[in-house]
Amino acid sequence: MTRTLYDKLVDAHRVCDLPDGGMLVYVDFHIMNEYTSPQAFSGLDSKALAVRRPEAHLAVIDHVNATRSQEPHDAASKLLIDNLEANCTRHGIAFYGLGDRRQGIEHVVVPEQGLVAPGMLIACGDSHTTTYGAFGALGFGIGTSEVEHVLASQTLRYKRLKTMLVEVDGHLPPGATAKDIIMKVINVVGAGGANGFAVEFAGSAIREQNMPGRMTICNMAVELGARAALIAADAKAYRAAAGRAHSDMLHFDTEAWVSEPDAEFDQVFRIDAGDIAPLVSWGTSPDQSVPIDGAVPFATPDMPPGAKAALTRALEYMGLEQGQPAQSIHIDSAFIGSCTNSRIEDLRAAADILRGRKVAQGVGAIVVPGSALTRMQAEAEGLDRVFIEAGFDWRPESGCSMCLAMNDDIARDGERVASSTNRNFEGRQGRGARTHLMSPAMVAAAAIAGHLADVRAFQQEIS
Amino acid sequence: MPGTVTGLAAPLALTNVDTDVIMPKRFLITISREGLADGAFADLRFDDTGNIRPDFILNRAPWSDATILVVGDNFGCGSSREHAVWGMRQLGIDACIGTGFAGIFYDNARKNGLALPVVSAEARDAFLQLAGSENGVGFSVDIRDRTIRAGEMTIPFSMDDATRYALIHGADDTRDTLAYADAIQAYEDGLADGMRVSVIK
Repeated sequence: MTRTLYDKLVDAHRVCDLPDGGMLVYVDFHIMNEYTSPQAFSGLDSKALAVRRPEAHLAVIDHVNATRSQEPHDAASKLLIDNLEANCTRHGIAFYGLGDRRQGIEHVVVPEQGLVAPGMLIACGDSHTTTYGAFGALGFGIGTSEVEHVLASQTLRYKRLKTMLVEVDGHLPPGATAKDIIMKVINVVGAGGANGFAVEFAGSAIREQNMPGRMTICNMAVELGARAALIAADAKAYRAAAGRAHSDMLHFDTEAWVSEPDAEFDQVFRIDAGDIAPLVSWGTSPDQSVPIDGAVPFATPDMPPGAKAALTRALEYMGLEQGQPAQSIHIDSAFIGSCTNSRIEDLRAAADILRGRKVAQGVGAIVVPGSALTRMQAEAEGLDRVFIEAGFDWRPESGCSMCLAMNDDIARDGERVASSTNRNFEGRQGRGARTHLMSPAMVAAAAIAGHLADVRAFQQEIS
Repeated sequence: MPGTVTGLAAPLALTNVDTDVIMPKRFLITISREGLADGAFADLRFDDTGNIRPDFILNRAPWSDATILVVGDNFGCGSSREHAVWGMRQLGIDACIGTGFAGIFYDNARKNGLALPVVSAEARDAFLQLAGSENGVGFSVDIRDRTIRAGEMTIPFSMDDATRYALIHGADDTRDTLAYADAIQAYEDGLADGMRVSVIK
């Protein structure tokens, strides 16, 4: 029988079948953060259970910490941070806390430390764990009860997903990036279009992407509802997994981690990369996006009532009018960061636009590097100077920060943010905050212009 | 949970209700599972000064007593936060009827006894309308025979066997899985050295 990459990964990790129709799968590596793990540890305590393999887990502080300094900004966040460290010390689990040069956003830290390799199964109490599919590894987010389950048993109860192939062929036009590929896919497939599916991305435009780009694509695949995202492991993936702190210890080479050529998928989408322009989200769901030279959509007479209601509600929340050109949307702030787009390549792309230019008056701009090591690399390249001279607030510490505003980076009611992040939900960046998703270079362009702007105009000037 | 959930149903037709809306982040800075009832749908239930929004369905009689929600497509999308389900349970919600749910939310619900019956869009729309009738309507969600009964309607729903079993029996997955310790050990014994992750401290 010919198998998809997803099926190979599930088969390789199947421990046993369960009488309820599911199976147990083995978790090679499990990552924890400070906000979805406390109740898992207290669950273990209340059941008097031990951690089965403490060495197979890593805990990182990233969600609630301030990024202005290592000092927690309030007592509640300090409690979460201290609690995770205490739990890790008690159970003998590796802990990369504030001040540790290996600290950062979990999904930036893991590849940086060589803790992902093709063929692995990785779980984490964070939905963006799909990121690891970029390496041909099966990564997925879990809830806190499942965190407890992995700690105690090193397994998860699992039900095989349906499979979807998203093929993106052709070449991206200038200005379009991996972020635009995934925003386009979400726009086409829909925000819940891949609920119940594992999505494999294939095609020449995917193969052409470098590893950070592939991570951006797999990262945001969860916004399709995909419980897993995958890209065939090729030489690029093996190279990126090599030469890092843990690389030499990890070898999962029991299979070629690719779908067999005639493997069948339950659903297939094909997208022409040549049709992908730099995109911006206008609404409150990641599938509500338009090309930067386009406009906010109109309600149409043939729209189902539910879709019309969603459009109206999104426009009201976002303070926008139907038909309004995207580039007429003025911003109050700009944010570059998050597990989607805060790697060194993202910072370089934004810096290329900012070099020699200034952030528009009245726009507050923040950049939070994805990890401490990313920040040091950026500083070694002089990127921090570029951001600072342009008027950005260059943060000395790493974390999720304003992507989900669990620390003190909270947008005000009505504040409009150009953001390199992954979710434009109501209230995501602060109560009443208005988020526009786009690539890091597009955020830089918007910061300079003071409104959503076409990065291609800035790039032409440079060349 | 008994095999059947009964109670008044409230219509919540919004599509893509994400876990940021179900449980805003300011309620997440906690190491407890408790105390989350006030956080559930907080920005829909309360305005920014903490006053009740009288027009929101769960703030209106009789739906303020609802224990079942009829929801829009893709309910529970977004973040993995189980706090969303804890808060809904603490608010007294026992079941959510929809056309499809985000995967992590679905699994979190099962772990906490929140039933998520999946029906067709036509059935959901009919349930939305029925639930919104004046004076409200009692629904009965029978997990055992996978059927929803409400008003004149009797509609089958889909739910995978493992979830159905867990909801009926109130299983503790962690303890139950540890009964398979021998199988887990056998799997681990078969792993090559390079397949046993050991994180550098």
